[in-house]
Amino acid sequence: MDITRLTAIELGKKIKSKEVGVVEAIKASLEKIEKYEQEFNCYVTIDKEGALKRGEEIQKLIDEGTLDSPLAGVPVAIKDNICTKGLRTTCSSKILSNFKPTYNAEAVINLEKAGAVIIGKTNMDEFAMGSTTETSAFGETKNPWNKEHVPGGSSGGSCAAVALEECFYALGSDTGGSIRQPSSFCGVVGIKPTYGTVSRYGLIAYGSSLDQIGPIARSVEDCANILEIISSFDVKDSTSIKREEYDFTSALVDDVKGMKIGIPTDYFKEGIDEEVKKAILKAAKTLEEKGAIVEEFELGLVDYAIYAYYVIASAEASSNLARFDGVKYGYRTKDYENLNDMYKRTRSEGFGTEVKRRIMLGSFVLSSGYYDAYYLKALKVKALIKEEFNKAFKKYDVILGPVAPTTAPKLGESLSDPIKMYLGDIYTVSINLAGLPAISVPCGIDSKGLPIGLQLIGDCFKEKNIIRAAYAYEKTRPYIRPTINI
Amino acid sequence: MSKQYETVIGLEIHVELATKTKIFCSCSTEFGGKPNTHTCPVCTGMPGSLPVLNKQVVEYAIAVGLATNCEITQYCKFDRKNYFYPDNPQNYQISQLYLPICRNGGIEIDTPSGKKTIGIREIHMEEDAGKLIHDEWEECSLVDFNRSGVPLIEIVSKPDMRSAEEVIAYVDKLRLIIQYLGASDCKLQEGSMRVDVNLSVRELGSKEFGTRTEMKNLNSYKAIARAIEAEKNRQIELLEEGKEVIQETRRWDDNKETSYSMRSKEDAHDYRYFPEPDLVPIVISDEWIENIRKRQPELREEKLKRYKEQFNIPDYDAKILTSSKKIADIFEATTAICNKPKKVSNWLMGETMRLMKEEGIEAEELSFSPENLAKLIELVEEGAINNSVAKEVFEIIFKEDIDPKKYVEEKGLKIVKDEGLLIKTIKEVIEENPKSVEDYRGGKKKAIGFLVGQTMKKMKGKADPSMINKILKELL
Amino acid sequence: MSQVISDELMEYIANLAKLELSEKEKEQAKKDMERMLSYIDKLNELDTEGIEPLSHIFSVNNVFREDVVTNGDDSENILSNAPERKDEAFKVPKTVE
Ligand SMILES: [Mg+2]
Ligand SMILES: [Zn+2]
Repeated sequence: MDITRLTAIELGKKIKSKEVGVVEAIKASLEKIEKYEQEFNCYVTIDKEGALKRGEEIQKLIDEGTLDSPLAGVPVAIKDNICTKGLRTTCSSKILSNFKPTYNAEAVINLEKAGAVIIGKTNMDEFAMGSTTETSAFGETKNPWNKEHVPGGSSGGSCAAVALEECFYALGSDTGGSIRQPSSFCGVVGIKPTYGTVSRYGLIAYGSSLDQIGPIARSVEDCANILEIISSFDVKDSTSIKREEYDFTSALVDDVKGMKIGIPTDYFKEGIDEEVKKAILKAAKTLEEKGAIVEEFELGLVDYAIYAYYVIASAEASSNLARFDGVKYGYRTKDYENLNDMYKRTRSEGFGTEVKRRIMLGSFVLSSGYYDAYYLKALKVKALIKEEFNKAFKKYDVILGPVAPTTAPKLGESLSDPIKMYLGDIYTVSINLAGLPAISVPCGIDSKGLPIGLQLIGDCFKEKNIIRAAYAYEKTRPYIRPTINI
Repeated sequence: MSKQYETVIGLEIHVELATKTKIFCSCSTEFGGKPNTHTCPVCTGMPGSLPVLNKQVVEYAIAVGLATNCEITQYCKFDRKNYFYPDNPQNYQISQLYLPICRNGGIEIDTPSGKKTIGIREIHMEEDAGKLIHDEWEECSLVDFNRSGVPLIEIVSKPDMRSAEEVIAYVDKLRLIIQYLGASDCKLQEGSMRVDVNLSVRELGSKEFGTRTEMKNLNSYKAIARAIEAEKNRQIELLEEGKEVIQETRRWDDNKETSYSMRSKEDAHDYRYFPEPDLVPIVISDEWIENIRKRQPELREEKLKRYKEQFNIPDYDAKILTSSKKIADIFEATTAICNKPKKVSNWLMGETMRLMKEEGIEAEELSFSPENLAKLIELVEEGAINNSVAKEVFEIIFKEDIDPKKYVEEKGLKIVKDEGLLIKTIKEVIEENPKSVEDYRGGKKKAIGFLVGQTMKKMKGKADPSMINKILKELL
Repeated sequence: MSQVISDELMEYIANLAKLELSEKEKEQAKKDMERMLSYIDKLNELDTEGIEPLSHIFSVNNVFREDVVTNGDDSENILSNAPERKDEAFKVPKTVE
């Protein structure tokens, strides 16, 4: 048996029944990492020693019977913008290349309470700004299905590591699609929860009003279980929401009878790849065959979301990233004449091109004379978008569509044209603007052999609807592993 | 000077609130301590940290707003003010621009030409910055974040003041209101109250405002007065020379009695304010406001009135007693024990004020207890000690807060009531000073004073002068 | 293109953001920004008259902390990542008063 091929829940069960030891599972993951890292570069930091030590402790607790979480002892990888105490957290940026947080993110605390073993920190687009994991200061991550292609981003390292079975599951963060799009490109499952469900405390902010941490795994069941563990009301995060319930696993039922699913016609207008379109509509058909009521409808403002998103995310980012200045932590330039010079050189040398581009844009839209025309306008459009979704969810339980207009592009293709890259986020960003939960599930493979992702969007706090739909859909189609050739 | 000018002044006053913890984290606001010992990920701007608002800050801000006749903004929000400086750990300050917690208030001040209302445009909540220490040995500065995140309210007046006198009257009135509320100790010297003066001049009668400057680093009333005078003159001189006043921030140097521009070519004042995404709005219900209004302590005006009515204290005295919350507190506590308001008032207005001046300390720093002052008053009332001894004892109470009863006992300072001893001593004095006795008997009644003094000296001050007088007269 | 970005404006924004762009970066950034803004201008097609700007998705209000000290001295940790420190403080280039 190749342990690494198990889903997180399967491994959890085998650990509980003593079929597999925690350290054994960690070693299996580490072996896979050893095998693939050189080629795919999913990790920024691998914590071999820490993981093995922690594995022994967890094994003891399991043996004593004090840990009974379904994921106790299962190795996890954490996106490198989520703080892990004492373990380097870089945001894949030179400016944080030597930063060791003094505390754990709340999501990490929740995982550790459940007996998770952190195996390493995954690569990402620098500060989560990008859709390809090419903007990392630690080199790009490659797509497990085809090394010539990108894994998507910004949680590309997490998704590729899960697809490559270098870990059993991973945490990612999603500001405008950063969990769902790479999940789609790597053929794995990822959930972006309702805003406020997982604490942002310890998540290094990109766009504070949009950021959410979420799970990435190889099954819907895994994702629902992980989400149940990492979600919590946190008094340290003022935007954390005290939800009525934190139960997601009870939605793991293979039944969509009577579920109302809407497909926005506007998602299939132009720019969408024919093969992607076909796969998505086929998935809709499958759900219909299982008893769901599927119909098309018009969702307005689809095209506008992307611009509102870039204005808001860049504006918040320009402010959030001001703290990286060479004073308290991280990189400081070697030579400088004075304070202002130190600031400018540190930040210019420490940040990559894409980050600087967005800081510039964000500073501009907030600057005197432009605030109303851009930032305030974007917040008003956000209100309109939210209204559109409110209307839609009066009629539907779930909105169904693609995650991205295409499958994973080739390495280098996107960076040459950032605007085109931004436009690739067309189906994901509005979900963040409206605070909604959404899941990405594999639904096919195109003629190039690259996976296609289905996006199921729910109303706020209705994760259960999308989990149920995704779980029922997943039942109709086996999980397909990438054939890896190095 | 050919033309007549008018000075137009508005103030921005930052007040540090008396909370136990910082505005967005549970670090202590206590003064002192080694650098960076009152810090955490939030107040040092660590990546991933998030702010959570201290409720007490909102309550103090509302209390000050109510006491200054402001409207309370019942839906209010925080905004980010973006600028780079090493004492600002996130390189943005969480403040309020669009919906400050209090608006459109004002307070009345007394001026030589009558009463006048100074408008308050707004009061907003914000966080304080850390401290920069300039290293003595190296060309560098050191950052201490202990003050970073200490809660502030910024009180922005309307440009309603026309002179230094009005400015000081306004600042003093505000200071008292806030002290009485217990919202801050408002110490100008220590920076828990910081006054920035916005000043412009214009030709008398003109309706337009001139270009204003902002003056910082004014840490006493004297400095405020001097800076206003100097800045007014500087601006008038510029205008007289046909030059322009530049809108800028200036720093007052009280030693040199001059100010200099703090402008540097790097700072463009474009703060790129936007709503703070990490904090949710504050909704202040009518009920909450009413609760705070009900809990509002007695303010100065009310106290002043009460002192006059309840204790029969003259207006002048009552004004002095209420000129500081601390003194009023001591007055009330002491009176409650000994029930001698006039005596308590005398001690506070006389000896206490004298010693404060002598020691150069502020009312807020007074450290003696009402219990010990009350005991001292009782000792005098009982006739156990005389006034001059009482004054000596009070000095020690003032400095060390000793128990006067014990002290008087230990040092043997009580008045000797033994009449026999007194008569014996007076007889000795009469024998030793025949000249004075002659004088007295010859009609120079004043000579008796010398004899009383001599007796007191022999009794080491522990006698009642009126008794000596009485016995002397009898014996002579 | 509706929004033309001047060199001065680029310089001004870079200064606000404390970034120093090379000539090449500046040219590229200018072009990107102009293009991006021309797209963003599409938002003006929408009538937002009377619409309240939406900054927080949920109408959650009044999230407070009680005024109780729970943090102790964590200075060694806080200073552990400092690029330069002197004793218990962060060291920075001299700031002018
Ligand atoms: Mg201020
Ligand atoms: Zn703190």
